[in-house]
Amino acid sequence: MQLLEDVIFMSEAEIFEKVKKIVTEQLSVEAEKVTPPANFANDLGADSLDTVELVMALEEEFDIEIPDEAAEQITTVQQAVDYISNKVTASA
Amino acid sequence: MLDLTGKNALVTGIANNRSIAWGIAQQLHKAGANIGVSYLPDDKGKMEKKVAELVEPLNPSLFVPCDVQNEAQIESTFAAIQEKWSKLDILIHCLAFANKEDLSGEFSHTSRSGFAKALEISTYSLIQLSGAAKPLMTEGGSIVTLTYLGGDRVVPNYNVMGIAKAGLEMSVRYLASELGSQNVRVNAISAGPIRTLASSAVGGILDMIHHVEEVAPLRRTVTQTEVGNAAAFLCSDLASGITGQILYVDAGYQIMGM
Repeated sequence: MQLLEDVIFMSEAEIFEKVKKIVTEQLSVEAEKVTPPANFANDLGADSLDTVELVMALEEEFDIEIPDEAAEQITTVQQAVDYISNKVTASA
Repeated sequence: MLDLTGKNALVTGIANNRSIAWGIAQQLHKAGANIGVSYLPDDKGKMEKKVAELVEPLNPSLFVPCDVQNEAQIESTFAAIQEKWSKLDILIHCLAFANKEDLSGEFSHTSRSGFAKALEISTYSLIQLSGAAKPLMTEGGSIVTLTYLGGDRVVPNYNVMGIAKAGLEMSVRYLASELGSQNVRVNAISAGPIRTLASSAVGGILDMIHHVEEVAPLRRTVTQTEVGNAAAFLCSDLASGITGQILYVDAGYQIMGM
């Protein structure tokens, strides 16, 4: 339960930091490059398999599900943060 | 009881830590098997690096690129086994591919090239790897592949992969019949839906997983470890009388009519 509450009360800044950490690890890029407007494919060099792995890593970290249709719309770091913020708030 | 000490096992199809092949490799290693890993090479060497880091704790004594669409790589994989191990006991086949556009929408619109590619990588590769493994399985052996219910019944969006898995399951039987005389057993595990890199390509995979969680007798899906345990069993002497079979490791889902 503690975990769940942590997720629910996470601020957008906290979500961004977690997303940044995961993106940095998954895509093996320098942390400074992972800015809100950074595009996963164009700026961070993610190919289609990287994108799928990234989505699954985010699902695991935030204990949410990101359906295909939603995943296709997420192309930047900020979009990922926005999606996760909405999702964790909606489930609260 | 379950002891694979002294057995040489080649595991194909590890892409990341969610791969079912990774679950199998870990359980074979736990049972004492000597592990070899083949990976799908890419231009940038990303897969090689990622898989190498992942499997490092298993101390693989063989780590080779093997794209099953590349004859030369298949040859060099088995040449390496011959050279390093001199015999092969276990072959784990966890390879499948279909174009994403063929894994949703109308089955009747499957393209000719998509069909050929799906069956080549997902079905023919078992036949080919088994043929290459045959002369190296000098002390008997066990071949295990992964299939799915969608190869026996209609599962929404599985489409061309269902045809590939049907062919795979029948290949298991023909291979078991041929290789049985040299005490090589060939079986398939039909795992319930698991979220992996590969299954992410199947349209509506999350819905399928939720459905299984509601309907399966155990009211859940299965884990990579559970599939790995079943594979270790099939590769061990405990399963010495079992060949040509499809073993459902699916929390019981397959028995349900509704």
